[in-house]
Amino acid sequence: MLKDGKVFVIPCSGIGKALGTVGRAAMYEVVEKLRPNEATTVCLPLLTIRDEAVLKLARNNSCISVDGCPFQCARKNIESSKGKLVASFVVTDVLRENRGLKPEGVTELGPKGLKLASILAEKIAGRIDEINNNR
Amino acid sequence: MTIVKDKVGVVSCSGEDLPEGTISRIATRLVLEKLRPHDTVTICLPLFLAGSEDERAFARVFPTIAVDGCDKRCAEVGTKEYSGKPVAVIVVSEIMKKYPHLKTKSRDNLSAEEKKLAIKVAEEIAAKVDEILGRKK
Repeated sequence: MLKDGKVFVIPCSGIGKALGTVGRAAMYEVVEKLRPNEATTVCLPLLTIRDEAVLKLARNNSCISVDGCPFQCARKNIESSKGKLVASFVVTDVLRENRGLKPEGVTELGPKGLKLASILAEKIAGRIDEINNNR
Repeated sequence: MTIVKDKVGVVSCSGEDLPEGTISRIATRLVLEKLRPHDTVTICLPLFLAGSEDERAFARVFPTIAVDGCDKRCAEVGTKEYSGKPVAVIVVSEIMKKYPHLKTKSRDNLSAEEKKLAIKVAEEIAAKVDEILGRKK
């Protein structure tokens, strides 16, 4: 499968809070713009329902969870799937470091929310570089 | 356990890997925020696994619509497995067959065409909400 060998960035995509959208937007920025050759994603709900093909990918490749809130659904779903979790990010931590960048809403993040997503994306990309340098 | 009869739960797959997952997510939010804000509630699908029994009671408390992007039907399967059987299922890829002129490409920023499709899906969800609540709009 083409995705094998890449780092999997898996956001919670929480639909109830704007911070879930920030995690999702950060993931797209990483896998489509910052590190398209090194990173990819997979649908988190496929881990939730224990899809065999996706379980195999998560167990055989490095996974980074990106969660919107302290429930950390992405991290917990990867862990309970016995996926190879190598790093975890929580949007609330990044917001705490950038208090002025509160997103507007779940559907539209607005300029501040998008900026917050970009800051998070840079952090994720940096972690991917570290993972790949240590291989 | 109290069964809530005047609100409908909407659980979206929000699948990250496909444009249809983004459509399911945006359509669900349109219903929650604009089309039926007083009649609907939601929960994050992965929270069924990550959360507590309180979260897993969701589909037993609210009659629930699963909104799925593709035929893997994660929202339907996950809701049924962890919480309760959804009373209705909407699959974006099925609805897309009715609108072959509306194409999906982006997983991130929806184009005007993709937004139109999200609105069509949202309208189908809203109609299902009305049906479940026994209302005519």
